[in-house]
Amino acid sequence: MSDTMNDKRGAERAIESLKKLPDNVQASQAWNSIFRPGSIFRNGYTDSPRNRSYVIMNSVLYHLHPVKVKRHAVKVSYTLCLGGLSFFLFIHLTITGIFLMFFYRPTAVSAWSDIYTLQTSVTFGLLVRNMHRWGAHLMVLAVFLHMARVFYHGAYKPPREFNWVIGVVLLLLTLLLSFTGYLLPWDQLALWAVTVGTNMMGYTPVFGNQVRFVLLGGAEIGTDTLLRWYVLHVLLLPFVIVIFMAVHFWRVRKDGGISGPL
Amino acid sequence: MAEIPEHLRKRAEEARAKAAAASGSAEATPDASATEAESKIPAHLLQRSKAAKAKTEGATPESTAVATAGAGVATATASSPLPVVTGPGGHTQRLLTVVKSGSIQDVKAIPQDKVHVWPHLLVVEFVAALSATAFLLIFAVFVNAPLLELANVNQTPNPSKAPWYFLGLQELLKWFHPMVAGVLLPGMAIVGLILSPYIDRNPSNKPENRKFAISLFTMFLMYWAVLVMMGTFFRGPGFNFIFPWNAGLFVEL
Repeated sequence: MSDTMNDKRGAERAIESLKKLPDNVQASQAWNSIFRPGSIFRNGYTDSPRNRSYVIMNSVLYHLHPVKVKRHAVKVSYTLCLGGLSFFLFIHLTITGIFLMFFYRPTAVSAWSDIYTLQTSVTFGLLVRNMHRWGAHLMVLAVFLHMARVFYHGAYKPPREFNWVIGVVLLLLTLLLSFTGYLLPWDQLALWAVTVGTNMMGYTPVFGNQVRFVLLGGAEIGTDTLLRWYVLHVLLLPFVIVIFMAVHFWRVRKDGGISGPL
Repeated sequence: MAEIPEHLRKRAEEARAKAAAASGSAEATPDASATEAESKIPAHLLQRSKAAKAKTEGATPESTAVATAGAGVATATASSPLPVVTGPGGHTQRLLTVVKSGSIQDVKAIPQDKVHVWPHLLVVEFVAALSATAFLLIFAVFVNAPLLELANVNQTPNPSKAPWYFLGLQELLKWFHPMVAGVLLPGMAIVGLILSPYIDRNPSNKPENRKFAISLFTMFLMYWAVLVMMGTFFRGPGFNFIFPWNAGLFVEL
């Protein structure tokens, strides 16, 4: 008799403490060490101008966006989201690219068969490779269209001249990233597209042959080229482009947000 | 004793003489009208102070603290009780300074119509990112990336083409010396792009004011697009001219 009473009381107590759980978690030191003072994850979110500001101000998003932007800046018809999409495609390519790296060895002996195995035997392997490939083409297109959009809006004019220069560098880095990735499957398409491309660079006056030698890691395309372009593709160029992107985004804000309205 | 410069000593002496004369006259002639003319206080303020004084003869002295913020005039009002000693001209308040409204109220930043990034911008960005992902996913499900046979240095495919974004250059190679097509023209294009904000001194961003810049850039884009499409679709074996509807496509992405 008293045992069942105790059980009942125990259950009630358990439910009671379960109800308090969210409050207790939010009061805990661990929770408060993760979320900054003023974070909506500490104080809860009800729609108010103050909380709308806090969403940005007290999160990592503050590195990318200010609390407020000009009203015309949020119109899709002005930017067509091209700059943001370029950045998003870069993230997309990083994620799918890391997945591909698990199954790929950059040697002339194994590169092609690794890709083939990836497509035939790895779960989602073919899909992720497709997404990486089409994402890369789309990024080249997005960056190019972004440049055209910026030109037609006169957004390269003072005080944004230098950010335009950084943008041109980013376009070149995007092309180089795409081009270095082109070789990695080590099929006939890769080999000969890169042969044509590097032959063009070999026509550089005075030190053309040296440029070609450095790019290929030898007199002609081989396993050394593969390793070299692999390192360029997965490490060096992404590292450089991230630095330039950081400066690019920082300058967008420092130069007074996006340009316009026209 | 340190030597005092001649002009400073003179000035101090003059001031002292003036002060002595003023205090003498204030004692001698209680009527303020004589010194009133000398003081630099604007006439309307003197009027006001007189009126206030007359009023406080009966009322409490605190009521003299008249708010004059609108005129931008800082005044030091004599505090309780009504002072026996009055300033020059016999008024109870003294002009400290006249602050022109321009120097404190000049707003340089024109207020702008702004919206919160959350939710207005982040929602748009989220939808754009989601659409891009959805598009890529669906496209990747239906279209496979090319994987031709293993690379073979001894077997040159015909035609061999560069990636599509370099096909404009490859097309140029058909027309010009390799040095011109492969280095000079693309180099000039890149340098031109980098320098364009420094060459274009026109400050306007309105399309109607920059017809020349826009036509020049459009021409540049059109040439590039035509060259890329030419190299992509209209070049067949031996990189010779073909019509894609007769000879088929020779494109791999």
